[in-house]
Amino acid sequence: MTGASASAGALTALRARWRRLAPGRWLVTGLPWLWLVVFFCLPFLFILKISLSEPALAQPPYLGWIRETADGLVSIVVNFGNYGLLWDDSLYASALLGSLKVASISTGLCLLIGYPMAYAIARAPSHLRMPLLMLVILPFWTSFLIRVYAWMGILNTNGILNNLLLWLGVIEQPLAIMHTPLAVYIGVTYAYLPFMVLPLYATLSRLDPVLLEAAADLGARPLRQFLTITWPQSVPGVIAGAMLVFIPVMGEFVIPDLLGGPDSLMLGKLMWTEFFNNRDWPVASALAAVLLVVLIVPFLLLRHYETRAALMEDAS
Amino acid sequence: MSAIKPHKRRRFPWLWTALAFGYVFLYAPILSLIVYSFNESRLVTVWAGFSTRWYGELMQNEQLLSAAWLSIKVAAVAATIAVVLGTLAAMTLVRFRRQWGARSMGIMVAAPLVMPEIILGLSLLLLFMSMADLIGWPASRGQSTIIMAHVTFCMAYVTVVVQSRLAYMDASLEEAAMDLGARPLKVFFTITLPVIAPSLVAGWLLAFTLSMDDLVVASFVSGPGATTLPMVVYSSVRLGVSPQINALATIIIAVVVVAVSIAGYLMYRQDKLRTNRQ
Repeated sequence: MTGASASAGALTALRARWRRLAPGRWLVTGLPWLWLVVFFCLPFLFILKISLSEPALAQPPYLGWIRETADGLVSIVVNFGNYGLLWDDSLYASALLGSLKVASISTGLCLLIGYPMAYAIARAPSHLRMPLLMLVILPFWTSFLIRVYAWMGILNTNGILNNLLLWLGVIEQPLAIMHTPLAVYIGVTYAYLPFMVLPLYATLSRLDPVLLEAAADLGARPLRQFLTITWPQSVPGVIAGAMLVFIPVMGEFVIPDLLGGPDSLMLGKLMWTEFFNNRDWPVASALAAVLLVVLIVPFLLLRHYETRAALMEDAS
Repeated sequence: MSAIKPHKRRRFPWLWTALAFGYVFLYAPILSLIVYSFNESRLVTVWAGFSTRWYGELMQNEQLLSAAWLSIKVAAVAATIAVVLGTLAAMTLVRFRRQWGARSMGIMVAAPLVMPEIILGLSLLLLFMSMADLIGWPASRGQSTIIMAHVTFCMAYVTVVVQSRLAYMDASLEEAAMDLGARPLKVFFTITLPVIAPSLVAGWLLAFTLSMDDLVVASFVSGPGATTLPMVVYSSVRLGVSPQINALATIIIAVVVVAVSIAGYLMYRQDKLRTNRQ
């Protein structure tokens, strides 16, 4: 954090010198920029294109827009039928609702568990903060798939949790948690908890302690201190963390597939089924387009608050 | 960074209980994997005594081993390309902030961090299909298409990691070098790069891990010949709990713990050296 001591003016001057002096700066910006345009932005146009194509029994399984008819005429056929299907069939609407429900509830659970954790780490003695934070990040470095798999062994009808509870005499019959919505909430909360803790910690660790002391001196009880000082100041971190969980969970596939039941309908799982099992690429693309539109507002929220929460800044 | 006075913590025992609960929640599943990987019984839930037989069987599993080798190769190449591109992107975002393209780059780098993998995978597959149609490349899907897809989301993570290091690096070092007449390329390689090197290592490791771990994107962009480790694990796990996967998980966890400890120690030492010097 020593670099922060450099004054803003000096930094601007340095930036100007870098800009003036570096003739290769076009290459520096251009290479990653081009890569992201080609491999990240351009593909969205193809999603849009395929979502407006007709499905076909061919390889690839859709028809192009431009077709030549038997009498030599060229016609452009744009098919809105896939979006019509999404609108008409209630299956897709309930998948969207299912995703929204799982994403909202799991985001809430992450906040419930993550906020006290981040707060406690921010209040810990300074030499303990980094190790404690590392302990939150460490599971993120081990395989996501395997961490989800671990819950299969725990939540199964004859799994570790049930055996433990039976042995303790808490329950008489094994609980049916596996393949229920509860299993999905547990799995998602577990897998995405670090994404909530990091931005929360970043804002909470910058909380000015003088404010809390002043409030205490003026006689504010801890709860009041929290509600009037800590919570309002941590809102950017809360929103950044919530969006970091909410957005990817909306399209989550692995967790509902492995832990959820056949009735746990979510967009990501449905897209996977349409694409791999039904080979209906146009409908899968239309679903992707809908999901992208749904995620625009959360993404803008994230962008707005991320700059304030300085995401992952202290984590790396 | 301002600190909240630690002496007040005794007033909030529930806060420390919550923290402890959080760590138990994070680590209990991982511990259960490790413990049951040494279980003699095929049934994960019945403890039948200590045994390393699943590790032995894992080493005989040809399909899994070749998938692991492919994943390691893909991850190493993807992480290396991602570190180069991510560092350039971070330089743009921190040092050339006013440059044309820097603003749009900020958005393009932030989006893959949260973009659902399923959208990323589908969109990249459609891109590769159309490219093959239009320019005949990539002719087939497999190792190279997986690498390109992984570079795309890994470089976003690398950028974030390198960016924060660059933003907090002492600007006077570069300034002094420029005052003494060093060319920007030389300044970058002799001053900037050594200072941000730990973040490049961290970024590379993060990218490698993310690539090794990716199931969804690889499933979309892979071809018939290329099966990565997560794809094998996934198809085995779908059928239920398997002690071999527990053994594999334990090996992965051991590697991660060792790598993170080494990386953490190196970064800690470098930080200490720097603060001592100042």
